[in-house]
Amino acid sequence: MSGATLDPRLNPSRAAPKKGMTLSWSDPRLRAIVWQVVIIGAVAAIVWYLVSNTNRNLESRHIATGFGFLFQSASIPIGESLLDYTPSVSTYGRALVIGLLNTLKVAVVGVVLATILGTVVGIGRLSPNWLLSRVTAVYVETLRDIPVLLQLIFWYGLMQALPGPRQALNPVPGVFLSNRGLKVPMLTWQPGYWWVLLAFVVGLVGTLAYRRSARRKQEETGQRPRVWPAAVLLLIAFPGIVWAALGARLAVDVPALRGFNFQGGVTMTPEYTALLVGLVAYTATYIAEIVRSGILAVPQGQWEAGGALGLHRGKVMSQIILPQALRVIVPPMTSQYLNLIKNSSLAVAIGYQDIVSIANTTLNQTGQAIEGIFIIMLVYLTFSLSISLFMNWYNAHIALVER
Amino acid sequence: MTERGFTRSAHRAVGAKIFGGLLAGLLAVVGFGGSAHAQGSGSATLDAVKARGQLVCGVSGDVAGFSLPDSKGVMQGIDAEVCRAVAAAVLGDPSKVKFVPLTTQNRFTALQSGEIDLLSRETTWTLGRQASLGFLFAPTYFYDGTGFLVKKSLGVSDVKQLDGATICVQPGTSTELAIADYFRANNLKFTPIEIENLQQIQQAFLSGRCDAYSTDSSALAGFRYTQGDKASDFVLLPTIISKEPLAPAVRKGDDKWFDIVQWVLFAMMTAEELGVSQSNVDTFATSTVPDVRRLLGADGDLGKALGLDNKWAYNVVKQVGNMGDVWNRAIAPLGVPRGINAPWTKGGLEYAPPMR
Repeated sequence: MSGATLDPRLNPSRAAPKKGMTLSWSDPRLRAIVWQVVIIGAVAAIVWYLVSNTNRNLESRHIATGFGFLFQSASIPIGESLLDYTPSVSTYGRALVIGLLNTLKVAVVGVVLATILGTVVGIGRLSPNWLLSRVTAVYVETLRDIPVLLQLIFWYGLMQALPGPRQALNPVPGVFLSNRGLKVPMLTWQPGYWWVLLAFVVGLVGTLAYRRSARRKQEETGQRPRVWPAAVLLLIAFPGIVWAALGARLAVDVPALRGFNFQGGVTMTPEYTALLVGLVAYTATYIAEIVRSGILAVPQGQWEAGGALGLHRGKVMSQIILPQALRVIVPPMTSQYLNLIKNSSLAVAIGYQDIVSIANTTLNQTGQAIEGIFIIMLVYLTFSLSISLFMNWYNAHIALVER
Repeated sequence: MTERGFTRSAHRAVGAKIFGGLLAGLLAVVGFGGSAHAQGSGSATLDAVKARGQLVCGVSGDVAGFSLPDSKGVMQGIDAEVCRAVAAAVLGDPSKVKFVPLTTQNRFTALQSGEIDLLSRETTWTLGRQASLGFLFAPTYFYDGTGFLVKKSLGVSDVKQLDGATICVQPGTSTELAIADYFRANNLKFTPIEIENLQQIQQAFLSGRCDAYSTDSSALAGFRYTQGDKASDFVLLPTIISKEPLAPAVRKGDDKWFDIVQWVLFAMMTAEELGVSQSNVDTFATSTVPDVRRLLGADGDLGKALGLDNKWAYNVVKQVGNMGDVWNRAIAPLGVPRGINAPWTKGGLEYAPPMR
C-alpha cells in the first residue's frame, strides 16, 4: 500500500511509546499469548487423546491398521470400469482408482450437462413466451423440491422397466436399448487415426489464430470477417482429407446379442444413466435459478441500451447481459458443482460403483474402516478444492476490470 | 470495544471462568477414557446388558427365515431366535431384545463400535473376519453355501452356463468374493450389479436387470418362498460354489461374553441331542440322566461358571426352544431340507462339546 495512511494512530510519530512486555496478567499482549497457547494446547490435547484412544482400542480388539491392504488382491467384482480389472487378481488400490475414475466420469459429464441445461432453463424462464416460461417454471419448482435420492431411484426404476436384452428396442440399426443399457456401435481405433487427430489439432490451432486476427481487424476497421467458413474448412474438411488420403479406413464394432447380453460396441449402463440424468436434472434446477437471478441483477437499462444500438434480443443477451450476469452467477455456481459431486456418492443406492461404493466394499472386506473413510474424504476434499480453486480463478478472470 | 471498558478485576474473573471451564472440559475428556469398569462379572458387555435390561442385537431384518418382522411386527427367523436365546439365558426373558437392522456394509462397524452386543446376521465365519476385524465367532448355527437363482425362462440349469451373465449381488458379502473366485477359477466372465439395499437388488433381479441373483442358498430359498404364486418361475441352480458357515459374532477382548454366546448355542444343540425340547422340557424336571440334570441346572454349577443363573439353559429351552424347534419354526417353512444342519447323531454337522 502506498500514500498517506488515513488512520493517525498508525502514524509512527504519533504512536504510543513502546513498552517492554511485563510479566503481568494486566498486560494485554501477555494475556493474548497465554490464551493462544492454552487454546492450541487444548486442541492438541483433544486430538492427541482421540488418536491415541483410537489406536489403543484398535489394538486391543486386534483390528488391522495401515494401508498395506491397497496392494493385496481384491475379490470385489466391478461392473463398469475404464481400466482393465480382474477380480481376485487386481489389487484393492486398482479397484479404488477405478472407483475414483467412475466418480470423475459422472462428475465431469454431470457438471457440463447441468451447466448447459441450467443456463437454458434459467433463460427460458425469463422468456416472454408464455408456454416456455411456464414449462421451465414447473420443471424447476417440482424437481427442486423432491429429494435427489428419490429421483435417482425413480430414474433407475424407469431404466429397469425397459425390455430385456432379447426383446431390446432397436430404433436405429446398431443401436439397442434394453434394461441392460444403451448399446451403440463404436469405431475401432486404426493406426491412421493418429494422423487424423493431428490434422484436427492443427486445424484447431489455425482456427483460433484466425479468430484472433479477425478480432484485431474488427478493432481496427469495425468490420469483422466471417470466421465460420474457415473453421469448417480447418476442423472438418482438413482432417477428412487426411483420412481419405490414408485410405478412408473405417471399422465399426457393432453390438450383437450373444448369450445373455450384447457384446461389442460401447454401453451406457442403466446405473450410470440413472445417476447422470438424476443429478443433472436436479442440479440444473438450482443452476437455472442462479442464472435467472444473475440476469435479473443486470440493470434494465442495459437491455434498453442494447436495443437502442439496434441489436436484437439474442445478441443483447449473449453480448451484453450474460457477460455482466456472470459476475453474479459464478460464485454460487461453485457450490452447485460441489453439491453435484458430493451427491454423486448416492450412487451406492442404485448400484453404480463409484469411489464410495468401492471403498465401502473394501473397508467391509478388509475391516479397515478408518483407512477406507479417510480415502473417501481425501478424494472428495481433493475434488472440491480443485473445483473451488478453478472457479475462484475463473471468477477473478471475468471480474470487471476497474480502472 | 476498547480495553479500557473492562476493569482489571472483571478481566480476571472472566479469564478465570473461561480457563476453569476449559480445564474442566479437558479433565472430563481425559477422565472419560480413564474410567475403569465398575465391580461386576468381569464382562463389560454382560454388565452393560444387565444394567440396560436389554440385549442389543444386530440382524438384517429383511430376510425371510433369518430375520423378518411378521404381520404383528415381531421379528421372526433363526437369527432373531439366536438373539432371543441369549436374552433368555442372560436376562431370563426372551422378549428383552432390541433388534437393530443392519446392512451387509455397516454390520461390522456396528459391532466394532459397540453399538450392538451381538451380531446375528447371516454372517459367514472366515479367517479374515476373525483375525483382522477383531471378532470372535460363536459356533455355526447354519451351514450354508452360495447359490444362484435364475428365472426359469432363461433356460439355464447349471452355474457353468452363466458365462457372460449379469449377476445381482450385495456388496460387502462373502458371496461376492466367492463368485469372483469361482468365475476366475473356471475362466468364466460375469458382470456384477452391486446394490446394498436388499429390496433394491431383488427388484433389479425381478425386473430382469440381472440374469441371476446370488446369495446364500437358504436366503434364496426364502426369497423364492416370499414370491408366493410366482415361486415356480424361479429355479435354484443345484451347484453350491462355496462354504458359508453362518455364526453369531462378538467383539474380541470380552472372553466371558463370548463364552456365554457360544455356550447358549451349544446348549440348544445339546438339548436337541438329548431330546429335550420346548414342549417337553418340564417333564425332565425329575430326570435322573446326569447330562440332562447338568443342562437344566439341577446338578452342578455350569450356569454360575458362565456368570449366569443356574437355570440359564432351562430358560433358553423353555422360552425359545432347542435347535430343532428353532429350525422347524424358522427355516422348515421355506422348504429347505435340514441336510447337514441335522445333529451329528442323525448324520449332520451340529456337534456340541460336552457340557460338564
